[in-house]
Amino acid sequence: MHFRQTLVAALLVVSAWAPALAKGAKEEAKKHVEFGVTVAQKGLWREAIYRWEQAAKIDPNYPAAFNNLAVAYEHQGQFDKARKAYERALELQPDNQLIRQNYELFKEINDRTNRRGSR
Amino acid sequence: MTARTAAAVASLALALTVSACNDVYEVPIETPIQPKMDVSPFQRVLIAGFLAGGSEDVDANLETVRLLRSQLRSKSQLKVIDADVLPLIELANEQRTDKGDTNTNGAAPAAAPAGGPSPASNTTPQAPAKGKSNEGQQARIKDEKDLEPLEGIFANVDFWKKIGEEYQNPLIVTGSVLFTAHARSGFVQREQEVIDQLGRRRVVPVRTYMERKGFILQPKFIFIDGRTGTTIYSEGYKEEVLYSPQQTTPALSSYFELMDRLVPSFLSTLSAQKIKGSRILMK
Repeated sequence: MHFRQTLVAALLVVSAWAPALAKGAKEEAKKHVEFGVTVAQKGLWREAIYRWEQAAKIDPNYPAAFNNLAVAYEHQGQFDKARKAYERALELQPDNQLIRQNYELFKEINDRTNRRGSR
Repeated sequence: MTARTAAAVASLALALTVSACNDVYEVPIETPIQPKMDVSPFQRVLIAGFLAGGSEDVDANLETVRLLRSQLRSKSQLKVIDADVLPLIELANEQRTDKGDTNTNGAAPAAAPAGGPSPASNTTPQAPAKGKSNEGQQARIKDEKDLEPLEGIFANVDFWKKIGEEYQNPLIVTGSVLFTAHARSGFVQREQEVIDQLGRRRVVPVRTYMERKGFILQPKFIFIDGRTGTTIYSEGYKEEVLYSPQQTTPALSSYFELMDRLVPSFLSTLSAQKIKGSRILMK
């Protein structure tokens, strides 16, 4: 009986805190993304990748994190990872024209590389 | 719409969109494209010579060798071997004859580097004077059909291995180059300036029937491992240029114009390239 009461109480606490925790996670993810953008603009792409990977881990439904990661992977020549990240970003936000245009530009280069490879 | 035009339109649209948003940032990126070939086992490259044909106004063998050597000297880390250009057509013909009569392959190369070892065999043709390749033989090759029977030389592993040994096992670049005159007639759209009834200048597209002349360049680059004589990689291109009848463009100028289009792709086979562009980061 005592155990059941404790469990119910714990569930109540968790359900009350869950939205707040989720909000906190989103804010943390956003901070990572913003810092990533700042360092990427300074050319520090490795640090940016680390930040955006953290953001994607904390909030796996954050399109900007995946879009930015894709750009960074592209810059590093990691085309498979870039493609997956772009696809995830578009899956989360299919109507986002900025992500789509990034992806189209990426595909053009990637296709060109593959064409040359198949000669 | 070509891919390039599509990319330009996309970039413009992107720029306009970016300017309207606050939480997006345009950043320049350089996408690295890895070379098609792993050239790490080689420190040196020998542009040996080409089976060349087509227009008699350009010695496509000699010019191609010169151009590729100079490009590689400035844009590749490989050391370019300065050797006489191989008269490849002569050698290919000789190998065909040998194969028919005695079935022996691997004729020693006729050319040798300046001050380097002399040709290994007395039966092989002597190198042509530097600066002039086998023009007499080249005149016989007019199209791809003429080239076909000679292309067996590229599969002659013993021959290339021997050349490789002579030059301390470099990466060997060879292949074929067809540079042919070409004419095409048809309707061409061009812009013409007209003055209307009110005296205003306007540019209108005009379709005119024209007979245009130009050239087609069809090189095939073959990369051979000088240690084994085997082909590692090959790639072919086809580029053409047409001029209006009023233009008189020398064949050699056209040759360089067409080669200019191919050289970046040739270089990217051997060395990493970076494609510059921009992408949008979001918050």
